[in-house]
Amino acid sequence: MIDLTVLNIRSAREALSKREFSSRELTQAALDAVSKQDQEIHAFLEVFDDALAQAEEADKLIAKGVDLPLLGIPVALKDNMLYSGHKATAGSKILKGFVANYDATAVRKLKEAGAVLIGRTNMDEFAMGSSTENSAYGPTKNPLDTERVPGGSSGGSAAAVAANMVLGSLGSDTGGSIRQPAALCGIVGLKTTYGRVSRHGLMALASSLDQIGPFAKTVSDAEIIYNVIKGEDKMDSTTISDDTYNDSRQYSKVIGVPREFITMEGVSETVKKNFEEAVERFESLGYKVVDIPLPSIPYSLSAYYIILPAEVSSNLARFDGVKYGLHVEGENSIDDYFKTRGEGFGAETRRRVILGTYVLSSGYYDAYYGMAQKARAAITEELRQAFKSVDLIMTPTTPTPAFKFGEKSSPLEMYMEDIFTVHANISGCPAISIPFGKEGHLPLGIELTADLGREDNLFIAGKDFLDEN
Amino acid sequence: MDKDKVLDLAKLARIEMGEVEAEKLSHEFDAILGYVSEVKSVATNNQQPTTNNLALKNVMREDGEPHESGLYTESILSQAPAREGNYLKVKKIL
Repeated sequence: MIDLTVLNIRSAREALSKREFSSRELTQAALDAVSKQDQEIHAFLEVFDDALAQAEEADKLIAKGVDLPLLGIPVALKDNMLYSGHKATAGSKILKGFVANYDATAVRKLKEAGAVLIGRTNMDEFAMGSSTENSAYGPTKNPLDTERVPGGSSGGSAAAVAANMVLGSLGSDTGGSIRQPAALCGIVGLKTTYGRVSRHGLMALASSLDQIGPFAKTVSDAEIIYNVIKGEDKMDSTTISDDTYNDSRQYSKVIGVPREFITMEGVSETVKKNFEEAVERFESLGYKVVDIPLPSIPYSLSAYYIILPAEVSSNLARFDGVKYGLHVEGENSIDDYFKTRGEGFGAETRRRVILGTYVLSSGYYDAYYGMAQKARAAITEELRQAFKSVDLIMTPTTPTPAFKFGEKSSPLEMYMEDIFTVHANISGCPAISIPFGKEGHLPLGIELTADLGREDNLFIAGKDFLDEN
Repeated sequence: MDKDKVLDLAKLARIEMGEVEAEKLSHEFDAILGYVSEVKSVATNNQQPTTNNLALKNVMREDGEPHESGLYTESILSQAPAREGNYLKVKKIL
């Protein structure tokens, strides 16, 4: 009997190589965990019926002595990534029944690294939300407290790992959609440098912010997945190479803390106390933790909620009921659009498309979108200047632990969930959430942000912090 | 923002919307737009960037080497809600 709760990617790979168990047995254990728990959790929208066949292929390679970073390891995909011949809906009714006809680059790379793709996970519609409550297919529950949300938008991918149904998964992060659910579910989540992972085959939400990244139980596992999925891709012209930022500064174990930002209103007292304990832990590991002023960073969220809806309104124009997905009959051609999009898009999607249409309209463009772009440049500059004197910037990942379903009554209240995560997307910098501490029985996360292209610093600090060396 | 403005925007975004939802959205937009307007203080108070922060550039190539005609047609059209032969089918426009 394989116990997924004590395994991680690294240890499972070792066991597979030593033939302690087969990938078929491991995959069967994952599928059993899904059947046992997912009725309640609802992390998965679909378990792929070819999972065991993939595992058998992996076993054949293992028998030949092949060694690949994810060979035989069951992982899950967020429902906004294309896997050829399989459904993908982005948690939306407008894509119900849609079947992908090519592989996303990140998915292809997982397959090439030997991963067993066992299913697609639940998410807020088109990745808009922080709780999975915006999924057209019902919410996912937090495995640690089923009265509470798992976070979002990649809530299904986080819950699947936290509930030990898979050993790793992919999510996408546009404003915090990997790091926030990782924190709320007590696991590791990484948002990579803008351009580090190809978005070819990822359904676009906001193209200047979106990145794909891993969920895992350890920093080492997140690093394994990261090394598999990263890299230049001619199908995504924004991708970068290892040399793009050409930064050879040595790691000096210095962490900056934007003190005023962390102590602001709305941050739970336990989160603040937990953060101070994280500071002490880093100090005990020989790190130097210094306060740094980052006065513009709190405004990242304001800039984000202008830039994001603007890009959403443009990206989601492709859903027209003509080329693929839902089609609702209207009286004439244009009425088909109104009816299809009216029925196909959920409340939050409609809200943001209309908000984006507003901020991009000619009379308001300069006041909103123009201003947000200037703010974005100033925020990015401020962060990059800060990285001249520190290796990392540390904040809590979220202002509170997991909240109850229906607790956030207004859209703005929900948007505040991203307050500590969104600067990384605005600036393009990589950031990781690491599980640390609890409020009652609920896990909390510590977030580290590094300069552009410096995921290596996140991995070093994360492994130091979680004692993974 | 008032309800009629929201309905007007919904029309531009090609989303069918009722009066009740438009009324609710108009109040939410007031709150959201009030909050996001704070960006102005950052945009105007700060020095402009001295470095090109994101390594973004336009990627151009010459046209050429098309794939074999029809190679992906069936796979793409199989997802269409309505088709006629190898065409997407829509209602008449004129």
